[in-house]
Amino acid sequence: MPEYATILFSEVLKILMLLVPVLVSVAMIVWLDRRVWAFVQKRRGPNVVGPFGLLQSLADALKYVFKEIIIPASSNKVIFILAPIITMTLALISWAVIPFSEDFVLADINVGILYLFAVSSLGVYGIIMGGWASNSKYPFLGAIRSAAQMVSYEVSIGIIIINVLLCVGSLNLSDIVKAQENVWYVIPLFPMFVIFFISALAETNRPPFDLPEAEAELVAGYQTEYSGMMYAMFWLGEYANILLMCALGSILFLGGWLSPVDIFPFNIIPSPIWLILKILLLFVLFALVKAIVPRYRYDQLMRLGWKVFLPLSLTWVVLTAGYLMYFNLLPGN
Amino acid sequence: MIAHAIVFYIFSLIAIVSAIMVTVSRNTVHSVFFLILDFISISCLFIMIGAEFLGMIMLIVYVGAVAVLFLFVVMMLNVAQQKNEWFVASDSSSHIPIGLLVSLVIFSELLIVIGGWKYKAELQESINLNLNLNLTNTQSLGYVIYTDYVHLFQLSGMVLLVAMIGAIVLTFRKRSGVKTQSYLRQISRERNEGVELIDVETKKGIKIDA
Repeated sequence: MPEYATILFSEVLKILMLLVPVLVSVAMIVWLDRRVWAFVQKRRGPNVVGPFGLLQSLADALKYVFKEIIIPASSNKVIFILAPIITMTLALISWAVIPFSEDFVLADINVGILYLFAVSSLGVYGIIMGGWASNSKYPFLGAIRSAAQMVSYEVSIGIIIINVLLCVGSLNLSDIVKAQENVWYVIPLFPMFVIFFISALAETNRPPFDLPEAEAELVAGYQTEYSGMMYAMFWLGEYANILLMCALGSILFLGGWLSPVDIFPFNIIPSPIWLILKILLLFVLFALVKAIVPRYRYDQLMRLGWKVFLPLSLTWVVLTAGYLMYFNLLPGN
Repeated sequence: MIAHAIVFYIFSLIAIVSAIMVTVSRNTVHSVFFLILDFISISCLFIMIGAEFLGMIMLIVYVGAVAVLFLFVVMMLNVAQQKNEWFVASDSSSHIPIGLLVSLVIFSELLIVIGGWKYKAELQESINLNLNLNLTNTQSLGYVIYTDYVHLFQLSGMVLLVAMIGAIVLTFRKRSGVKTQSYLRQISRERNEGVELIDVETKKGIKIDA
């Protein structure tokens, strides 16, 4: 029994070592998002609390904690409370398989990429459950919109992942990074990277695809009835998901923990730093898109997903497979 | 090993209980949520017996896509109204004989499958696949599907395609009088076809919607 206890203790310690930095960086990334947004619009952004306003998110979180949690009388209470918990949990468990360096990964499983894809496809449940359980029109419409949107864009993300897997020959995330030692996949698969980026925006309900919470039409979409800590959990889960999508993008296309060139000043920088820098780069792009692009109309969104991205990525799968087959480059041969 | 077995049985218990709750639960949306829980615990069972690829595909396809569409439909139902009319609706009683027939067929199929379990050892011997045990199960599944059983695989794809086309044909109908937007026309509009300058005579005006 004591050996089980020691295993349990060390695993819990490892999980905390990963999750606490993730949660802190989620708070910081919200600040970065608002600062970039303000920078584009020539505003100041949050700059009062702490140095450069860095502690703004903590102040906000503190405010949420002290607000009253209101549960509507006509809501379905169990599901209403479960929804933010599910969003938050799903956003956090996916970090278990992200490799930060060659030996720094919590769970180095064989089907890492499928695990990430599965968890991100479960993410829609938090939103649907919240929207339905609120028993109110605006949240319900938001939930329906987001269900259709996330299912549509998952398809193209899945096919883009197949493109990368064809070149790697393994579903293990560390193997995917190691396969990019010579050339990052952003170069040969550049169109796929662009489509992945846009689909990731839609998958995480970011502007210009934030129709589930379009404030002009739906108040706040599925979050309308939520308040206090439960709203904060939706909000944390959303940003943790955005960070995760950035991490997935940098692992699939930007070479994960690898340094851009393997020469002196670059290769002494520890590998996790490189991954974090790449995640930050993608996140700044996410924030810039939010600031400069107007919101899509819903039918345009569906058209983009099914009539543009799906055929394009499918064609690219055929092209990649044909190229690899013709030049005998298929991994495993 | 014991911990592994305990976790396995916990997941099996959750799977069975939630499967029962799917049928017992009065609220249709709750039924779907229990169905999702069932799918998740079954995929956990797959992962625990070492079939991690199947487990993950189960999560992605069933939980991530199929169950979402289920929820989509079921959430549109009026749950409060349904609760009061439990089994008293006159039109649903005519479906009971067909329902019984279907459940009888499924029950006998289950009996055959469980009966086959007795001959499991013989069945396994009769499989003449030469699997390389050093490969991960994703790779070996790929080798088997795309080499030995490629025709069956293609055939099942065809069945799915026919089902898909059938569903589209059944639900697709051209409605008249629907205003749609053509992206090509919106982009290719020029100023001279969109704007027209007219001299309006005083006290007469013009008709715009001509």
